[in-house]
Amino acid sequence: MVGVSRQGQAGARAPARAHVQPDTRAQAEAAVQARTQAAVEVRKPAPLLVVKDLVKHYPVTQGILRRRQVASVRAVDGISFEVYQGETLGLVGESGCGKSTTGRVLMRLEEPTSGKVWFDGTDWFSLSQRELRARRREMQIVFQDPFSSLNPRMTVGQILGEPMYMHGIARGAELQRRIEHLLEVVGLDRSHGRRYPHEFSGGQRQRIGVARALALNPKLIILDEPVSALDVSVQAQVINLLTDLQREFGLTYVFIAHDLAVVRHISDRVAVMYLGKIVEMADKTSLYSNPLHPYTEALLSAVPIPNPRGRAERRRIILEGDVPSPVAPPSGCRFHTRCPLARDVCKKETPPMVDVGGGHLCACWVRADV
Amino acid sequence: MSRDMSREEKTARSELAHLVKVFLRHRLGVVGLVMLSCFVLAAVFAPVVAPYDPLEMDLLNPFAPPGSPGHLLGTDNYGRDILSRLIHGSRISLLIGIVAVTIAAVLGSCLGLLAGYYGGWVDALVMRLVEVFYAFPFLILVIGVMAVLGPSIYNVMIVLGVVSWPLYARLVRAQVMALKSEDFVKAATAMGLSDARIMFRHILPNVLTPVIVSATLGIPGAILSSAALGFLGFGVQPPWPEWGAMVSEAKDFMLIDSNMIIWPGMCVFLVVLSFNFVGDAVRDALDPRLAKQLH
Repeated sequence: MVGVSRQGQAGARAPARAHVQPDTRAQAEAAVQARTQAAVEVRKPAPLLVVKDLVKHYPVTQGILRRRQVASVRAVDGISFEVYQGETLGLVGESGCGKSTTGRVLMRLEEPTSGKVWFDGTDWFSLSQRELRARRREMQIVFQDPFSSLNPRMTVGQILGEPMYMHGIARGAELQRRIEHLLEVVGLDRSHGRRYPHEFSGGQRQRIGVARALALNPKLIILDEPVSALDVSVQAQVINLLTDLQREFGLTYVFIAHDLAVVRHISDRVAVMYLGKIVEMADKTSLYSNPLHPYTEALLSAVPIPNPRGRAERRRIILEGDVPSPVAPPSGCRFHTRCPLARDVCKKETPPMVDVGGGHLCACWVRADV
Repeated sequence: MSRDMSREEKTARSELAHLVKVFLRHRLGVVGLVMLSCFVLAAVFAPVVAPYDPLEMDLLNPFAPPGSPGHLLGTDNYGRDILSRLIHGSRISLLIGIVAVTIAAVLGSCLGLLAGYYGGWVDALVMRLVEVFYAFPFLILVIGVMAVLGPSIYNVMIVLGVVSWPLYARLVRAQVMALKSEDFVKAATAMGLSDARIMFRHILPNVLTPVIVSATLGIPGAILSSAALGFLGFGVQPPWPEWGAMVSEAKDFMLIDSNMIIWPGMCVFLVVLSFNFVGDAVRDALDPRLAKQLH
């Protein structure tokens, strides 16, 4: 499936290259063909997670005696995407764009305002609390802060053993064996189970967090900025661990982050969020080499390039102003207040998500006009 | 592996050793602990330590001054040995203090936990109840309930416990609300654990420290209140040697023989003081910020 989308990406990039070098037209035509084929094939496998028009608003209340809702914070305002078995979907955006809220709502740590989610064929939001409790093991989450995500009063062994015990996966000696196995899988020592979280470093704690998510053998893991709180060298270790685990256990990830370099490294497909909406979604190579939405473009131009030679060639796009408040998002396209390409239509109407080819979706009146 | 085990045991032991070290730095805490130990020992071994039966009257020898032969602290109006009565009284006072605070802490913690965890109408209900309890003058409330239940040593414990739970409920609720947004609690929810398990296994152990501290500081309050009740005649009834009741009995003879009123008053004062000293030291020992500074 991953291979298929890579093919699609090659197709999307090919026309641009053909424009520069007319003699490779035959190649370009082949690529276009490959793209249409890919578009057909991409639809084939049933997605593990389907999100449709997901909305999460937080009420803003006022008044002392009678609380009235005066407005709402539109943290997530109608997003749709699919996640396929075995892939990693990166969810990027500035802080406050709703990416973490999306993760929490998918986990049903918070209830959605509206929208539908099908997880592994189940209407996820229609499950009662009781049904949900039993099925929570299929979807797990790794949190950003490795210091607040582990109970300081429990040993690592208890932290890892509890979910397995409570779900009746293992008891007694078998439970102990599984705990030790988990510790080894994430690169810790089997004897570490007897220690308390405060005896570990940030990176080690994050490994424990990953081990806990793995304990229940989930189908999908939501990684909510799992490396943002770590040092760069440790980030790489944890990212490598995550990719190794994905290969070994066939895991599916939703990777939430604001660091585009990290997302590029781990994701197969990437969705870019701005003010509670997805503005662009494509497979990684296509998005990074050929960003369509002006916001994606600006984000990418802000990624630091280690090589000074590369720096000179790049055009920096510096956005004007701040992110508007999610309490009163701009009309039409939410990005129009800061967009260098904004036209009249952008202020009036919300652009639809348009497939510009190869599963590259973009919501922009200028760049992806129907 | 065995080396690892020994290291872990060592860290556990060193943590305890560290707590003791911080505690011992607190000089008043040590003084309080020594005083308190004396009272506790006296209470536990009362029948052995006390020279006389606390209820035994010697009507031929009332108002004996301190230091008279056989009666170190003298005798009261019925010729009962004051020292023996004080020693037996320490049993009653300490028991009332500890049991009453335990009832209050358990009740308050549970209600605070429910209120903080569930929020919404559960929280509103519990907190309104807390406000009602706070709005009543404490002693009037206690006297009112005692009047209904009838004066007895057990009723004193129950009433003092039931009346002082709001403090713990408020304390625990605030802590729980802060902890609820911690990721490890969310992780527990995400793992599909039951509410009861999340509350008692994940949240409660993390709010216990402040509860223990305020319970230690709450015991002297309960002892004072039981003495006040005894003094007013609503608490432990004569001839039982409760300190407050002893002061109450002694007040009639205050001008004839001040000896009788001084000793029980002194005992209340010393026990309350030592509990406060110990409570302060415990708070400092358990305060992670302070503990880190001293590391």
